[in-house]
Amino acid sequence: MSAGPNTSGVKTLPDLLSRNAKTIGSKTAYREKEFGIWQTWTWSEAEAEVDSLAKGLLTLGVEVGDLIAVAGRNRPALYWAMLAVQKTGGIPVPLYQDAAAEEIAYALENCNARFAIVGDQEQVDKIADVRDQLPNLKHVVYLDGRGLRKYDHSHLSSYAAVQDAGAKANNDAELKARQDAQTYDATCVMLYTSGTTSKPKGVVLSNRNIIETAKNSCAFDDLKANEEILAYLPMAWVGDFIFSMGQSLWTGFCVNCPESPDTMQADMREIGPTYFFAPPQVFERQLTQVMIRMEDAGKFKRRMFHRFMDVAKRVGPKLLDGEPVALMDRLSYMLGNYLVFAPLKDTLGLGRVRVGYTAGEAIGPELFQFYRSLGINLKQLYGQTEATVFITQQPNGEVRADTVGVASPEVELKISDSGEVFYRSPGVFVEYFNNPESTADTKDAEGWVATGDAGFIEEKSGHLRIIDRVKDVGKMSDGSMFAPKYVENKLKFYPDILEAVVFGAGRDRCTAFINIDLTAVGNWAERNNIAYSSYQELSQNQQVLDIISQHVSEVNATIAQDEMLSGCQVHRFLVLHKELDADDGEMTRTRKVRRGVIAEKFDDLLDALYGDMSEIYTETEVTYEDGRKGKIAATLDIRDAELSTPVAKKVAAE
Amino acid sequence: MSEVQTGYVTEDGRQIGDVMLDLRAITLRFGGVEAIKNISFDIREGEIRAIIGPNGAGKSSMLNVISGFYVPQEGEVWFHGKKRPPVKPFQVARQGIARTFQNIALFEGMSVLDNIMTGRLNYTKSGMLAQAIWKGKAEREETENRERVERVIDFLEIQAIRKTPVGRLPYGLKKRVELARALAAEPKLLLLDEPMAGMNVEEKEDMSRFILDVNDEFGTTIALIEHDMGVVMDLSDRVVVMDYGKKIGDGTPDEVRNNQDVIDAYLGVAHDE
Repeated sequence: MSAGPNTSGVKTLPDLLSRNAKTIGSKTAYREKEFGIWQTWTWSEAEAEVDSLAKGLLTLGVEVGDLIAVAGRNRPALYWAMLAVQKTGGIPVPLYQDAAAEEIAYALENCNARFAIVGDQEQVDKIADVRDQLPNLKHVVYLDGRGLRKYDHSHLSSYAAVQDAGAKANNDAELKARQDAQTYDATCVMLYTSGTTSKPKGVVLSNRNIIETAKNSCAFDDLKANEEILAYLPMAWVGDFIFSMGQSLWTGFCVNCPESPDTMQADMREIGPTYFFAPPQVFERQLTQVMIRMEDAGKFKRRMFHRFMDVAKRVGPKLLDGEPVALMDRLSYMLGNYLVFAPLKDTLGLGRVRVGYTAGEAIGPELFQFYRSLGINLKQLYGQTEATVFITQQPNGEVRADTVGVASPEVELKISDSGEVFYRSPGVFVEYFNNPESTADTKDAEGWVATGDAGFIEEKSGHLRIIDRVKDVGKMSDGSMFAPKYVENKLKFYPDILEAVVFGAGRDRCTAFINIDLTAVGNWAERNNIAYSSYQELSQNQQVLDIISQHVSEVNATIAQDEMLSGCQVHRFLVLHKELDADDGEMTRTRKVRRGVIAEKFDDLLDALYGDMSEIYTETEVTYEDGRKGKIAATLDIRDAELSTPVAKKVAAE
Repeated sequence: MSEVQTGYVTEDGRQIGDVMLDLRAITLRFGGVEAIKNISFDIREGEIRAIIGPNGAGKSSMLNVISGFYVPQEGEVWFHGKKRPPVKPFQVARQGIARTFQNIALFEGMSVLDNIMTGRLNYTKSGMLAQAIWKGKAEREETENRERVERVIDFLEIQAIRKTPVGRLPYGLKKRVELARALAAEPKLLLLDEPMAGMNVEEKEDMSRFILDVNDEFGTTIALIEHDMGVVMDLSDRVVVMDYGKKIGDGTPDEVRNNQDVIDAYLGVAHDE
């Protein structure tokens, strides 16, 4: 079934479930490791589970159009819960399981949920904490009853009890009627955005959004019914909904749920997913673990590892892209694969990955190349909740670290005069829940949606490149484009650099504040017998500054190659004497730098960067963890960075 | 001391049953040293019973009397309404009493799973030969035992370390593995010797939650020795206080907290403000 099973009459995800149960009923649909063993459910069994739960929900009084919250870790039963809700005509609203009680309260209140289906006691407790604020919340259903026996069960039942009630109830006709009454354009799911800037907004996605997107994205990567995926990313995230619900139901591939978040790595190795998604942090953590373990390995193994990794770096990506490779290189890669790469991939659980994606944040080129050189087809995609994930993605054979790929199937792209990326696709969201103003701000009458990101399409390859958030992009005094995050990301890809803040809007040149990474630099200092007593002292060590200076000039060299952003080379920089900290208001809680606050707080340093001093004395107020305030004083070196000659410059707006 | 005959109901609504273990006038001597002097108290079904006291008060000796490791020179142990003759620890274990140790006593080189499986020894009836051949009853037993062990692993949330050798684990987790091994024996009465010694606040909170959950889910009666007064007062239904081998207090945490002898001997707080 290359184009997916027959689709006639399919309007909803429960329709796809029924179709799978009919056509591939005995195929494994869900697995979950429990009690040390992988428990499996076929599509027919899954349908039976969903049906009894849906009937049980009817007995609880779920009405058509009810918004029903779902919160918990990835478990088959919770995916079924979402399907059961849809079957009864309700709308599932998955919530982040680690959200605080107030955030849960906000979401439940905002969508006026009458029911909630949750994983365990933790979630029940969180809802109980805020129950007073939620007069409309009628009933809570929980999956794992541990610790809940003594709770008042007048508005609380176990998942199994609801299923039992459903199995006994005589309401099949009503359930069928409700399922049949649904349309392709009815709401499929509502997902909350992360809300970095304001209160989270509920993004309403229709059946059409989900099913069309699933269809197109499966065709793009040729995903089939025999794929295996690991469902470990939050269920409230649109990506998980598309992978574990949309695509899985569309193609019929199997969704595997780990035993617990801690066992994810081991469980992944046992499953060996063929289609895998992870944010850059996950890949980074894996790589660090590999490197640490290699350092502990014997001399012979270590040398073998490094020797063949050199081969892999040179040859691997070319092989993956199908480019010509010399015979000798090919042979040593094969040997390396036998001795190093294949066992390593197996340990990481990536041995069978056919298609891997990373998204969410910029991924360091070295990190990206490491995985690709092992022969793992890791690609990037660019997307957002409002687009039902996919805006652009990289086709096989056209993978690069610095682009996010070409427009996904049936997605149209447009760059506005201000440089902002707009898209239009079958996946474009219906609306923000109860928020017509925001909907109108984001989506115009013709269906074009603003991403809030500035980018451009490379002429040669047709790939989209994202530069920065639109609101951060500015112009320098000579009119050339200034994109601080672009430069900062390049700097941050060096392990020695933890944070970087680049200034230059309205100025004639760019400068930067840099934070060293204490773990990486401290490790280096230890290996080189460099004594230091504090972060501050290490940060001003001349050898450390030399290293950072080296990094900055390398970054300058790459920026100089960029036609549009060559004006963003960092002319002068200093290494800050303290780590930027959310407690001091310099960063957000999600560790994003607050450029404005930093510029104001360290205005003396900023003036010095644009002056001609080679060092400056400064005093800074800091907040300790217990809330007390103190002052630290330091004399900071200001360094001039080496600049590269830019390629012929193009003016930002043509 | 409460003199209820047929159990009582706790503040949080749990039904506490009849007397399960009754210690009557126990005296234990090591040569000339009287470790326990004429102590009597009981443990009721379903309750969490704490034994507290300063170092050297005889708490661990008391636990060892219950577990059958020490045989008291005087006094009687009544279990489930019957007088218990002097017994060996393995016989006590068969009667449904399991324990953890103050100093962790696990097999360091074995995996967590194998360590917990040793807790199932009393449920293995097939002979050595049958187990070597690995057919029929032996295989069935192993499967049953493993299933029970996996439930305990799930209950204590130690899935991630299932196959890790115990020697590689941090202290707090080792304590949890010990608890797991004791639970694998499906005890009616669980004896915990300082389950929270040496733990940080977070680990203590975790352990407290597990103890409460064990009591709640499996209805296991628990007797525990603990130094952290906060933990004891929060967890237990009734507390016995010992000092120099003598019982100086017995009752609910509130009663004990206000007992002047206890304050003098153990808490060491000033009498009046």
